Amino acid sequence: MSLLEVSGLGIRYGAVEVVSGLSFGVRAGESVGLVGQSGSGKTQAALAIMGLLPPKAAVSGSIVFAGDELLGASDRELNRLRAKRIGMVFQDPMQALNPYVPVGKQLRRILLCHGVNDGREADRRVLDMLDRVGLPDPVRQYRAYAHQLSGGMRQRVMIASALIAGPDMLIADEPTTALDVTVQAQILDLLERLREETALLLITHDLGIIAGHCERLVVMEKGRLVEAGPTRKLFAEPQAAHTRKLIDTAPRLDGDRPPAPEPGEVVLVADRVSVSYVERAKRQQLHAVADLGLELAAGETVAVVGESGSGKSSFVRAVLGLIPLRTGRVTFCGREVAGQVQSRAIETRRDLQLVFQDPAGSLNPQLRIEQIVGEPLTVHEPRLDSRARRERVAGALRRVGLDESLLGRFPHQLSGGQAQRVAIARALIVNPRVLVCDEAVASLDGSVQQQILDLLRREQLETGLAIVFISHDLAVVRSISHRVMVLYLGRLVELSDGAELFARPRHPYTRALLDAVPVPDPVAPGGRLSVRGETPSIIRPPPGCAFHPRCRYAIDRCRSEMPEARFLNGSRVACHRAGELEL
Amino acid sequence: MSKVSNILAHIRSSGTVRVSGGILAGIALVAIIGPWISPNEYLAADFNNILRSPTLATGHIFGTDHLGRDLFVRTMMGVQVTFVVAIVASVVSLVIGVLYGATAGFVGGRVDAVMMRLVDTLYATPFIFFVILLLVVFERNFLLIFVAIGAINWLDMARIVRGQTLSLREREFVQAAQLIGVSTPAIILRHIAPNLIGVVVVYVTLTIPQAILIESFLSFLGLGVQEPQTSLGKLVNDGTKQMEGAPWMLLVPATLLATILLSFNFLGDGMRDLFDARQSR
Repeated sequence: MSLLEVSGLGIRYGAVEVVSGLSFGVRAGESVGLVGQSGSGKTQAALAIMGLLPPKAAVSGSIVFAGDELLGASDRELNRLRAKRIGMVFQDPMQALNPYVPVGKQLRRILLCHGVNDGREADRRVLDMLDRVGLPDPVRQYRAYAHQLSGGMRQRVMIASALIAGPDMLIADEPTTALDVTVQAQILDLLERLREETALLLITHDLGIIAGHCERLVVMEKGRLVEAGPTRKLFAEPQAAHTRKLIDTAPRLDGDRPPAPEPGEVVLVADRVSVSYVERAKRQQLHAVADLGLELAAGETVAVVGESGSGKSSFVRAVLGLIPLRTGRVTFCGREVAGQVQSRAIETRRDLQLVFQDPAGSLNPQLRIEQIVGEPLTVHEPRLDSRARRERVAGALRRVGLDESLLGRFPHQLSGGQAQRVAIARALIVNPRVLVCDEAVASLDGSVQQQILDLLRREQLETGLAIVFISHDLAVVRSISHRVMVLYLGRLVELSDGAELFARPRHPYTRALLDAVPVPDPVAPGGRLSVRGETPSIIRPPPGCAFHPRCRYAIDRCRSEMPEARFLNGSRVACHRAGELEL
Repeated sequence: MSKVSNILAHIRSSGTVRVSGGILAGIALVAIIGPWISPNEYLAADFNNILRSPTLATGHIFGTDHLGRDLFVRTMMGVQVTFVVAIVASVVSLVIGVLYGATAGFVGGRVDAVMMRLVDTLYATPFIFFVILLLVVFERNFLLIFVAIGAINWLDMARIVRGQTLSLREREFVQAAQLIGVSTPAIILRHIAPNLIGVVVVYVTLTIPQAILIESFLSFLGLGVQEPQTSLGKLVNDGTKQMEGAPWMLLVPATLLATILLSFNFLGDGMRDLFDARQSR
């Protein structure tokens, strides 16, 4: 007998059908993964279960929870059910927590709404719950506001709020998508440990997460059920083509590596670059990046990897001249390029291009695709007449695999993948020597990610383009980068040849990053926990080696003395114990 | 579909915009044509019909005032003046406000600080005091109304445009344009200005009723339009003096004023919804 039975669920907004004929069940104590790409209707289905869809959504079918029909139930009936019997964890805890109420009070209120009448009893249970979700010093965190907690801590509070009333089922909608990889592994581990008797419906786009944490899988595409079954069976013998595609395009740590590049001329050199921000209110300087160097040769891809706060974006933006350097030099083809981008020579600006994370934000919403992609030509080849320019723009679109019919569209009429291709076409149309991709595939679905990576690899082979590829995800980096640079709190941790880094990481932090990557394989799921805690605030970096509070190998020296990056078999590693550790 | 026809299609699809726009167009049309085809003159006094209530028999469909002047023609003249004041004052505030705000926002730093403190200072000046000051320094003058209304309306516009420019400046497509090599003036023209239009258009439709209200208020106090010129505010003022004996003298202009104000407010709200929808899609 299923705890939750969804049958023939349909959701439509006016004429648009977002979910149709969806049926699946969740048994008591079972963990089920609901997988699909963006727009597949998975979140809509979850909201329908919780009765949280907006009033203009027309819902049909039936959702039965423990014998009660939820569709058409009154708000009062649903309120009795929510939290008490079904808990929900949202993607972004910052949005889901009330910023004006201390988190402990929010949890307490849940209990008071659900039958606990004694305030002291409620407080005791809240503190107990905060302790169970791994919040250090629960008494102090009880009074904390959401913004005072780190991202991981907030999500722990969110999980605590979902579980505190002892529900029979927990719905988690992309619970780790907004978090860093090492934090993601901890949160998933926590969910696993805490749910005990509670059934779990885990909604995600990431097969790696599902593989390690769900017994059964429900795959959705465009609002419809594609396939459902036990996780292992589905991974081993996917029946539907869509499932196979999802599995094949998920980034993995054991996939192909790009062939070593032809040794090319060094094009871009950044030497001892530092970036700092002035916190005016507190009269402090935040050192976002300290003494970072990079040498980039034509035809080569260097990946810059780190979690949030690692300074990876600040570093490349300073190199490109979007933010000021505090110290350091940037040379391009032997010439020093100084100053902010607006004061740089027009020729060097042509040769250094950037692709942003959010394709929608990097395209002017008021301009047509033709104008957007053609803009570099108006600057660098002003003598081109309009027909020749149009021809070049069409060619650039074809180069990135887009159809010419898009020329007259506006950015909001494109999908995420199309928009990112347009951004790439704009960057490549003047044939730059260096392309910087700042998390350029992070917001895209797996299969689209692969297409974009293929496109970049092909461009590189054909034109000798040098690429700096910024990412937080080592699995994505693996298939494209020749060398990998790992950053932590604005400093270099390890710089290695790609093959070397993935096979033999030399820094404990690199090891931790590799361990934390969830692998889409239910037999060896990855996502292991080899590091605790979260990246500390850049405002108060720990003394000595910045990583020592989270490092299980830390010795006294690590706590007092900052390690210099040193060479070790062709790698550069900033660790006192590099070489002696077996990682 | 071109952008203009795209916007037009949206406007046609919005009931609020259609109805309020239609009402305003209708009023404007009657105000322009009405006095022209009416048998009655704007200044002529009909001594046989003083304080006559609205009737078709005498040809005074809105009645007459205490001097025997036809209220229909006078009201329509008032509407004309009101519309002119509203539009001119809005254009004045639009031009000054957008230029001032965009400059402050894009240049930033100390320039921004000085420019915006000046705006704050003007904000702090009591409005009526400011108008009386203007009246003392200059003669009573029709133009003065434009100056006075424009002088306060552009402050809001400048603040809104500045705020918008500040956030646009940080948007990634501006950074992308910088990396491509586009010059600063070209960035303002191509990337900042077009993205301001939505906010500005919406805000203008909302400042128009504000300008009308201020003009009516000034005229009501006797500081605005002078005899023999008239405006809706002035007609309302005259009407209040006669409202016990001749309520139509108050009701006719007051109803028209209320209708115009409401229509502009609805138009502004509708426009805002249209542009919001365009942004979010």
